[in-house]
Amino acid sequence: MNDRLRRYRNEMMMGIFTVATLLALIPLFGVLGYVVTNGLSALNLEFFMNLPKGMGTPGGGMANSIVGTLIMVLIASLIGIPVGILTAIYLTEYDSASWFSMGVRFATDVLTGIPSIIVGIVIYSSVVLKMGHFSALAGGLSLSIIMIPLMIRSTEEMLKLVPHSIREAGYALGISKGTTIIKIVLPTAAKGIMTGAMLAVARVSGETAPLLFTALGNQYWARSLNEPIAALPVQIYQYATSPYKAWQQQAWAGSLVLISLVVLLNLIARCAFRSRSN
Amino acid sequence: MGQSLSIHNLEAWYGSNKILKGINMEIRPNQVTAIIGPSGCGKSTFVRCINRMHETLPRTRVRGEISLDGRSIYDLNPVALRKTVGMVFQKANPFPSMSIYDNVVAGLRLNGMKNKQELKASAEKSLRMAALWDEVKDRLNYSGMSLSGGQQQRLCIARALAVEPSVLLMDEPASALDPIATTHIEELIRSLKEIYTIIIVTHNMQQAARIADSTAFFLSGELVEHGPTSEIFTNPHDKRTEDYITGRFG
Repeated sequence: MNDRLRRYRNEMMMGIFTVATLLALIPLFGVLGYVVTNGLSALNLEFFMNLPKGMGTPGGGMANSIVGTLIMVLIASLIGIPVGILTAIYLTEYDSASWFSMGVRFATDVLTGIPSIIVGIVIYSSVVLKMGHFSALAGGLSLSIIMIPLMIRSTEEMLKLVPHSIREAGYALGISKGTTIIKIVLPTAAKGIMTGAMLAVARVSGETAPLLFTALGNQYWARSLNEPIAALPVQIYQYATSPYKAWQQQAWAGSLVLISLVVLLNLIARCAFRSRSN
Repeated sequence: MGQSLSIHNLEAWYGSNKILKGINMEIRPNQVTAIIGPSGCGKSTFVRCINRMHETLPRTRVRGEISLDGRSIYDLNPVALRKTVGMVFQKANPFPSMSIYDNVVAGLRLNGMKNKQELKASAEKSLRMAALWDEVKDRLNYSGMSLSGGQQQRLCIARALAVEPSVLLMDEPASALDPIATTHIEELIRSLKEIYTIIIVTHNMQQAARIADSTAFFLSGELVEHGPTSEIFTNPHDKRTEDYITGRFG
């Protein structure tokens, strides 16, 4: 008799979980569907090939923003990925329990939680004002600051997953600690580290706030890394808040491109590094 | 050829815990020496002191003297010492990111040997010595993790042999293996003593009796008795040794 009650309760809980899951899916697919339906109509080859047209004029594209985003994400990756990985190696392999390391870990956690606009302000006052102009370098630098703590924490987790016995096996063969880390520990954790890097890249490629006053945006091609450069999120922000229908359409298209980029990076992170073929 | 070891007043700590309380022991070359004793008696720590692996852990300390063919191991740098004193662990630990071949030559290659012919020759020789060659010769580029537990352990032995040490430390190398794989490993150990001095930690007294020339009984961080295996098992001098091998404790 209690059995019936138990089964009834079981089914009820099951129902609650299912409903909650479906509720969570609504915004997820809602956002995706909304962007796809609105963006697809404005998306064409011209969007990828051309510069923006003048105010309110239909046509034109966001070629400069797409390239700008890629350039700044590349700069951010060139700084953020190595610094993050090397710091994580220091924290896990060389100095895991000292006060200094605990401090670094705490700072990393705090930095992960800091609103990205604050990173923008700091770079604005420390780099942009000093150099006297907005630039791709300043934009990339601010993105790298967001990337570093993400890289440190994800790499650290991956290195911790490598069993200590693997390190001991290296030492026992008369291999130095440094070589053991570089040639044995890192390759063992490589897939996880790459996945973390991809997710960090995906995360910063959509950042808008820190770019507003570092990269600024640009309606034309930037001729060097030292001048204001366009970025997809910034362009989307400017176009979406403009009063022109054509620009708003383009903002949707830009959003679709940005989402696709993030989805693509996530897919690569999930598939490409999942299994090593032998 | 194997080298002799002599250990004087070896003491080792883990944190404030004194694990070895003054061990004195002579280990003859080209013999199998078994270390037996109950859990926590310090036998693993003892062998880990011989290749200075104990010191790699945080909050550890070692005092005393260990010499290899008359030369103090503390005069060598630990990395160089471990090329002479190889080690096989309780749990097989092949490098997961490497193929079978890469595992075997890891010690050579990561120490700078580049000559492909030499590496290849050494890999084959080591795998043959570890009695694994016939089973893996057609799939040397498979992942080391694709092998069975017993094969992985023999792969780890081959990997240790490739570096051409003169002393081989084995920390319960067969404790995680089934009886057939254990037999393989034991045959292997018996044949390897031609070339190496072997020190094997074991929980299994039958195993010690089968393969060891001399046996040392450890208890609570002290060496109770060390002598020819037959004598330790048939006519122990110390009451505690007798109690242990007759199964009265441990």
